[in-house]
Amino acid sequence: MTPMRTLATAGRVLLQIRSDPRTIALLLVVPSLLIGLVAWIFDETDVFASIGPAMLALFPFIVMFLVTSISTLRERRSGTLERLLSMPLGRGDFILGYTLAFGLLAIVQTAVAVGYATLVCGLTIDGSLWLLFIVAIADALLGTALGLLASAFARTEFQVVQFMPVFVFPQILLGGIFLPRPQLPDVLEVIGDWLPLSHAIDALDAVSTGDEDDAFIWLRVLFIVCWIVGAVIVGSLTLRRRTP
Amino acid sequence: MMNNAIVARGLRVRRGRSTVIDGLDLEVPRGAIIGLLGPSGSGKTTLMRAVVGVQIIAGGSVMVLDRKAGSAPLRRRVGYMTQAASIYEDLSVRANLRYFARVQGAPPADVDRVLERTDLVGQADRLARTLSGGQANRVSLAAAMLGSPELLVLDEPTVGLDPVLRADLWEIFRRLADDGTTLLVSSHVMDEATRCDRLLLMREGAIIADTTPDELLRSTGTASAEEAFLRIIERDSAGPGSRTRTKPARHLLSRRGGRR
Ligand SMILES: Nc1ncnc2c1ncn2[C@@H]1O[C@H](COP(=O)(O)OP(=O)(O)OP(=O)(O)O)[C@@H](O)[C@H]1O
Ligand SMILES: [Mg+2]
Repeated sequence: MTPMRTLATAGRVLLQIRSDPRTIALLLVVPSLLIGLVAWIFDETDVFASIGPAMLALFPFIVMFLVTSISTLRERRSGTLERLLSMPLGRGDFILGYTLAFGLLAIVQTAVAVGYATLVCGLTIDGSLWLLFIVAIADALLGTALGLLASAFARTEFQVVQFMPVFVFPQILLGGIFLPRPQLPDVLEVIGDWLPLSHAIDALDAVSTGDEDDAFIWLRVLFIVCWIVGAVIVGSLTLRRRTP
Repeated sequence: MMNNAIVARGLRVRRGRSTVIDGLDLEVPRGAIIGLLGPSGSGKTTLMRAVVGVQIIAGGSVMVLDRKAGSAPLRRRVGYMTQAASIYEDLSVRANLRYFARVQGAPPADVDRVLERTDLVGQADRLARTLSGGQANRVSLAAAMLGSPELLVLDEPTVGLDPVLRADLWEIFRRLADDGTTLLVSSHVMDEATRCDRLLLMREGAIIADTTPDELLRSTGTASAEEAFLRIIERDSAGPGSRTRTKPARHLLSRRGGRR
């Protein structure tokens, strides 16, 4: 692995995305539109104040999962991955390159979503905006890492899209948006406590209410980072130089 | 030993459920153009993938430039052009090559060199998606030439090209070979066989003839490579015991450099 090749890969991924303005628009606008819709639905109640932060965790995660899994699947299918792996490119260069590129995108996406949620939808953030960004970015990187992993198990774009419910929906259901986790049946509560999105949601809740200290939030971030590292390691094992 | 770019011993490859290559032996000298000819499905791509080191092999060994195929130091000394043009469709030709050059560790000026060599200067700023099949193929070839690797493995590089361009490409190959590059080139087009220094005829995962163009015509008593190939296949089909191995003369095996 070399920084030069990692950066070259990140630059190439960003250049590819730049040539596709529609994807950029979807990446940046869709999360805000959906957050706006949720805010509107609960206009007459005070529900949005409590689930709004969770929405900020959800959309970057889902969008990054989809974008990453489809672009790496395309690399696997088009033969460019085979070419790259026959060249002096480290597997780490490939994965970190993607993570860097999509991490940058995630920052921009989060900025737009947070700006929209607070300025337009009236979500109040009592805690530190910095921490909010860090949690949201960790969350988006988690989507990227799981997306890389999912692309290894999919043969077609259809299958990737089918993987989304598998990887994403249980995390939403068990994350405490629908029902606070302590109220779930014991088994589900334990499972929910180990899923990374739960911690992202907890952390964003804590940031928005400002009820917890920074250590609580950093612990959540650390948990998510462990998941990212795990997914990247397993993902890089699926990038084989030799294939059948 | 030092004269051989590729040495395979008892190579066996399984793909899916079937054994595609079963006990293949091969020696390829350096600094020559070696044509790999054979019908569709005969295992040309599989053999090339084994040489590049991206194919899982079930047995035997492949040594490339005196190292195990696919080992890390070989990755910058071997260039591989896959059968399908493996380039990024949503990048320009130049952006594709610039990226591959950085991965290969080739100097940026190399991009212009390979663009010129493959006659793509006029298309350099076009999106790869908008190229014709032959043009996209040439981008893929250009990418394989980055960093001037010692061994070029080219899977059907001339497919979809007009005769003029095809002749140009063979000129390029000849020049590369004269400079000491070894080229392993697969093809469907039999008259391209005459442009090679050596020929490997492949059928059902086996090398049924390892010869030179002149030798091929002489031993089969035919006038064209196409006829000769059909003749050899006929002979090969006559019975499993009658598999021909036209061994080239010793001096041909050890010849270095091009013919001209
Ligand atoms: N991914 C794969 N899984 C299973 N079998 C495969 C796979 N790829 C190729 N094969 C089989 O291996 C054999 C050799 O294929 P290969 O691609 O090496 O042939 P080829 O000589 O390159 O053909 P062509 O001239 O059409 O490119 C064929 O019988 C093919 O069906
Ligand atoms: Mg082939």
